Amino acid sequence: MTVPSFVQIRRPDREPKKTIELQIDGKAVKVPEGTTILTACRTLGIEIPTLCYLETLRPVNVCRVCMVEVEGSRVLVPSCSRQVEAGMVVRTGNDRVNHTRKMVLEMLASSVDLSTTPGMDELLEEYDCKPERYGPPAPPAAAGVRDAAVCGHHTPPNPDFAATVAQPPMVDNDLYIRDYAKCVLCYKCVEACGVDHQNTFAIAVAGRGFDARISTELAVELPDSACVYCGNCIAVCPTGALMAKREFDMRSDGSWDEEKQKATDTICPYCGVGCTLTLHVQGNEIVKATSPLDNGVTLGNLCIKGRFGWRFVQRNAES
Amino acid sequence: MDIRLLGAEPSAEEKSAIDEILGAPVSAWDGGERGSMRDAHTAEFGGHSTREQRHMLLPALQALQSRVGFITEGGLDYVCARLGVPPAEAWGVATFYAMLATSPRPRRVVHVCDDIACRAKGAVKLCAALEARVGPPISHEPEGDHVPLDRDKAAWMHSPCLGLCDVAPAALMVEAGETVMERSIGGANIERLYALLTEIKVPGADGANKPHILRSPQIVSGGLLQRVGKVDPTSLAAYRAAGGYAALAKAMDMGAEGVIREVTESKLVGRGGAAFPTGRKWEAVRTQKAQPHYLVCNADESEPGTFKDRVLLTEDPFAIVEAMTIAAFATGSEHGFFYVRAEYPLAFERMNGAIEQARAAGLLGENILGRGMKFDIEMRRGAGAYICGEETALFESIEGKRGEPRNKPPFPVSHGLFGKPTAENNVETFANILSIILDGGAAFAKVGTPQSTGTRLFCLSGTVRRPGVYEVPFGTSLRALIDMAGGVPEGRTLNAVLLGGAAGGFIRADEIDIKLTHEDTRASGTTLGSGVVVLFDETVDLRDAVLRIAAFFRDESCGQCVPCRVGTVRQEEALHRIASGKTRGGVSAELALLNELGDAMKDGSICGLGQTAYSAVESAIKRLGLYSEAGSAHA
Amino acid sequence: MEETDVVFLWGSNARAAHPIWFHHLLKGIHNGAKLYVMDPRRTESAQWADVWLGLNVGSDIALSNTMAREIIHAGLVHEEFVSNATSGYEDYKASVESYTLDVGERLTGVPADVIRDAAHVFAKADRAMICWTLGITEHHDAADNVLALINLCLLTGHVGRWGCGCNPLRGQNNVQGGGDMGAIPNKYPGFQEITDGVTRLRFEKHWKTKLQPNAGLNLTQMLKAMEAGSLKALFVIGENPAQSDADGHHVEGLLEGLDHLVVQEIVMTKTASLAHVVLPAAATWCEGEGTVTNSERRVQRCRKASEPPEGAKDELWIIAEIAKRLGHDWGHPTAEEVWNEFRKVAADFAGGMSYKRLEELGGIQWPCPDESHPGTTFLHARLWEKRKKRGPAAPFTVVRHEGPVEMPNEEYPLLLTTGRRLESYNTGVQTAGYDSPLHWGEMVDISPEDAARLGIADNEEVRVTSRRGSVVAPAHIDSTLRAGLVFMTLHFPDDVATNLLTIDVSDPKSGTAEFKACAVRVERAFANVLASSNHS
Repeated sequence: MTVPSFVQIRRPDREPKKTIELQIDGKAVKVPEGTTILTACRTLGIEIPTLCYLETLRPVNVCRVCMVEVEGSRVLVPSCSRQVEAGMVVRTGNDRVNHTRKMVLEMLASSVDLSTTPGMDELLEEYDCKPERYGPPAPPAAAGVRDAAVCGHHTPPNPDFAATVAQPPMVDNDLYIRDYAKCVLCYKCVEACGVDHQNTFAIAVAGRGFDARISTELAVELPDSACVYCGNCIAVCPTGALMAKREFDMRSDGSWDEEKQKATDTICPYCGVGCTLTLHVQGNEIVKATSPLDNGVTLGNLCIKGRFGWRFVQRNAES
Repeated sequence: MDIRLLGAEPSAEEKSAIDEILGAPVSAWDGGERGSMRDAHTAEFGGHSTREQRHMLLPALQALQSRVGFITEGGLDYVCARLGVPPAEAWGVATFYAMLATSPRPRRVVHVCDDIACRAKGAVKLCAALEARVGPPISHEPEGDHVPLDRDKAAWMHSPCLGLCDVAPAALMVEAGETVMERSIGGANIERLYALLTEIKVPGADGANKPHILRSPQIVSGGLLQRVGKVDPTSLAAYRAAGGYAALAKAMDMGAEGVIREVTESKLVGRGGAAFPTGRKWEAVRTQKAQPHYLVCNADESEPGTFKDRVLLTEDPFAIVEAMTIAAFATGSEHGFFYVRAEYPLAFERMNGAIEQARAAGLLGENILGRGMKFDIEMRRGAGAYICGEETALFESIEGKRGEPRNKPPFPVSHGLFGKPTAENNVETFANILSIILDGGAAFAKVGTPQSTGTRLFCLSGTVRRPGVYEVPFGTSLRALIDMAGGVPEGRTLNAVLLGGAAGGFIRADEIDIKLTHEDTRASGTTLGSGVVVLFDETVDLRDAVLRIAAFFRDESCGQCVPCRVGTVRQEEALHRIASGKTRGGVSAELALLNELGDAMKDGSICGLGQTAYSAVESAIKRLGLYSEAGSAHA
Repeated sequence: MEETDVVFLWGSNARAAHPIWFHHLLKGIHNGAKLYVMDPRRTESAQWADVWLGLNVGSDIALSNTMAREIIHAGLVHEEFVSNATSGYEDYKASVESYTLDVGERLTGVPADVIRDAAHVFAKADRAMICWTLGITEHHDAADNVLALINLCLLTGHVGRWGCGCNPLRGQNNVQGGGDMGAIPNKYPGFQEITDGVTRLRFEKHWKTKLQPNAGLNLTQMLKAMEAGSLKALFVIGENPAQSDADGHHVEGLLEGLDHLVVQEIVMTKTASLAHVVLPAAATWCEGEGTVTNSERRVQRCRKASEPPEGAKDELWIIAEIAKRLGHDWGHPTAEEVWNEFRKVAADFAGGMSYKRLEELGGIQWPCPDESHPGTTFLHARLWEKRKKRGPAAPFTVVRHEGPVEMPNEEYPLLLTTGRRLESYNTGVQTAGYDSPLHWGEMVDISPEDAARLGIADNEEVRVTSRRGSVVAPAHIDSTLRAGLVFMTLHFPDDVATNLLTIDVSDPKSGTAEFKACAVRVERAFANVLASSNHS
């Protein structure tokens, strides 16, 4: 007996990818077709900062921190999404690139609270950013004001202040908080909640321009929204704008201490999918659960039970 | 999809508005009544075919807006139920478009333009007078006592350019209802506006639809405006009697490759602003293996100061339908979209009429001209977003999403509308096709200059004696063009010209000998853009115009990428600091900062909006010297 | 999953019960796969389907047999596969002959044209798979239900190939691993037969002890044995039968009647409260070491992240201590040592799965016989081999539609079916521990039609009564339910003991109980409250 030709028993062979040769910062490099400039840079050990990029999400290339110069291109290109081409000549750190990167970081630092963005202080220093030169930050908006903005009709600027996205954090449920004063609008949470992972679509970008914000429908509170509290948005948030309530509370009372935390990988105790849980333990208390991005089962995602449902082993620790 | 609705009920009015667009629901699962045995045991809603309906989201939201005047919770819920769109996504879309209201509004709203051209004609004073008379406009924060709670009273809003610069100052009145009423108003004055806001009856459309149109005496035959004002734009018979549809028949004889050969030989480049060779674009689409191919006509003419496409669409719509059909033939597209900005109700109506007549006459549909060609055009209206003129933002908008431009590559010729190969051209570009087919590419290429072939439509507005659309061959000097329009009013002096629109740049009065070609403008560091020529005499405060441009970009930035989202804010702030005398470290420091911001926006933004948001400001600084010591003296 | 063309998700609300697996299904859908969901309720999962087949509760065999007949009559059988790799086809073919589309529609409620289309799409697909959960197995004819689905895959050649196959989704994080290790009545570790003499001899040699030759009892059989008085002592580890089993009153009585009940638990469950001895245990998943096996046979490591509460002992330690007291001194082996012994006694199965490799590869799918083996992505590829290498043929099994044991009648006019909700888990022992905006407590989901007929408002307390018991809970008017159907969960047994209602019949082949179907009556509860308000 022969197997009919259309029957594919084994995983179908992927067509072998062509090798592309290009030049980055004067060094020749060969990578498979379809590789992004960012990945090609990483194979050379060239570090390019990113904010909106994540291995497990489709690049939206909106933060423009990872911009590089490609010879022949009128403008800079986002290395996170631009695929390599044969003969490409890429420069990752010349004045032009550094200027845009610096300005983008300054623009963010002058309008967004980056105090809980890992690595940001170093980055701002590296690029000699002076966010204060845009003027003192404007007073925070009252709750709900940014959510109600009518697009295309902004109020003329106040020359005494620099506009910011500051507003009070939204604390409307027991599991996680949304502090959009820290939001750089990287779209990651929307992608994770949407078609890239969770497909719940509880949040989307609403409004336009500087008023653009992450919002539920009609800006309703989370418990009235479609949110299923998987926390996959928290997992991808690069700035701490989205944070588990426990971490938020501990940070507020000063007890959060990452130096004292130990992360251990284990398997979620619930259904049979076998999600890897990384338990972050501080003083024998589980304070956070995440999952590794490179885990084939989860791609960093969990459901409400995995993300939050482990309290039963430590009721005493908390009370 | 397991979407969670808000649980709000639509009104009967809202339901019927949506059902008119989407058809009645077919089951309990897509918004219909419960009770059938079949529904109890099967559903075919929520899968792939449902998601393919997403492109109806914007038309459905517009139907709500047109019927009720704003998008209510119940209305939004029903749209989501019908289309299987998650409410948060629909909310994201609804809040993106300025002509969609997401908080309660009166049925009648008057949008009063205070953009560059109207400003030059007194729009700021007009708005101030209006505010004094009827109260403040609906503004950024909707919750306020300035919005009349009485839905039967009218409200007003400021508006970006309405494309009525030839009849500035202009306004657009929209009244939601069973039949939506939309009126373009030219030559607006306080009495007219007051009447619109207070009287129940609405006077008919006016001046806006009878623009000044002039063709250069050098053009002896053909010309883009040849039928304008001469041939009834509402009659297919009249169009055919004037030679219409001869080009389509000839194109079919030539074959797709023949058409593309002629277009390529004509050296026609896109008239939307990017000046990409049309022949190359069509050939790239034609040869794509992926199917289907799409054809899109970009009539989202929103560049402040631009109104030429409006004239073509309202006065010669069949020409655009015919040219689109030829393009479809050449690119192998069976499905076309015509996307026109919300602010052009008459253009929409005329094009809609033209498409319907063409369809009825077998000039669109399954078997065009009886020669086996299949092609039809679907109409789409914008909803108040300048950014949707950007070709990929326009695709997103048609697909029912927020009009956020895509990063390129990949380019639309391979990954366009719905991810498929797409030829997108601007209205004026299409208008050029007919004469290329009829007279040949070579004849077309003889007009103009070797690099800029054919003629070009220019939109003259501002402080000009005869504002309107002018057609001249490429290579005509700006001075000659201004002269054709009669220059600035008697006794005044030309101070500056804004060339190319808000995304273009200012030039000085002593620079108007520049030749109007792509190569000449490029060489002198400016652009033809979309053919905007706004004249400013000494009565116009140029710094105010610059502030308006900065405000425009801040308002119209989609907000996706940081350089544009924040850069346009910081740019406007710096200009306001200069204007108010509250600079941080002096004017020169502010100018240096503006330049730094401008470079980052230019180099770092995703699309043309952010990349050009500093252009006009930069030209005002560097070309006009508007903020130099001398310039700042009169601030 | 992500590269298949058609998925039949049958009797599974994986969106809620297996959320991260559903992510992979969604990737498949976004890659173009068509999804068909067979479920009496139009669940969150079903709402993603291209077609939802809302069959009558317990009519799964009727539906699959009807599809099979349609596939056969439409000439869509994978003839080559059937003739080369299966057995019993002719009998099977004859057995489904009476299941015409009309009969199928009558038995399942699903319109004939929908059944027909689904059958055609499945048979014609290049790659297709059937995934199921408890909607298939919590019936008195559970095993037959499963066999019916296997028959469909055999008929169409959708087994043993990439992107194809039968995929039962495991409900608990290590229910598969328990089986792997031999924690089932008739198997040794690695699914080796207890009743096979040669195997037994090998194990006896290895363990240096005499092993009893008979299969043990499954849970249902144990309950029967308790009833009969032949089972007098019970050692329960991490299970809560007092609340998780059907006909709760009855089970509780049986447990109370035992001479000796030992419960090893991490929290004080209802069952533990009945025990003579409670052994407080560490929660091994985060306070101990070991492995678990997930639904795709992937063995993964559990690691100790935190210390157990004072007094709670490591589960391995407890077992070793019990062994010692029973006269077997095993010392105190580490989890890895125990695992390595398992690898030795089940080498074909797990020989290649050292802790080191599990670590490096992020888990390995069994079988994995040696350390150069990458693990096995899918099973049964042998069926496509030439006859000699093919091994035993895959048998078709004749199965017939029976329907639920208890059908609605005048007195109990509604059919109660049970299941899970996203935020909770089984009897809530673990999920009761965290606060969640989605924790709404137990609800009685009821169709708008029935609610209207019974005058029930949303959130109003209602009494649900079956032949066995009665509970009160708030009603939730749920438009995903059709008239006649009521839905509840087992998540909040302390507040609403749903298992007082469920029927104590189970599948003789697998021992699973018919949680999915029993007849009930629903009425407004306030009348009773008024009547008994004297003492309040």
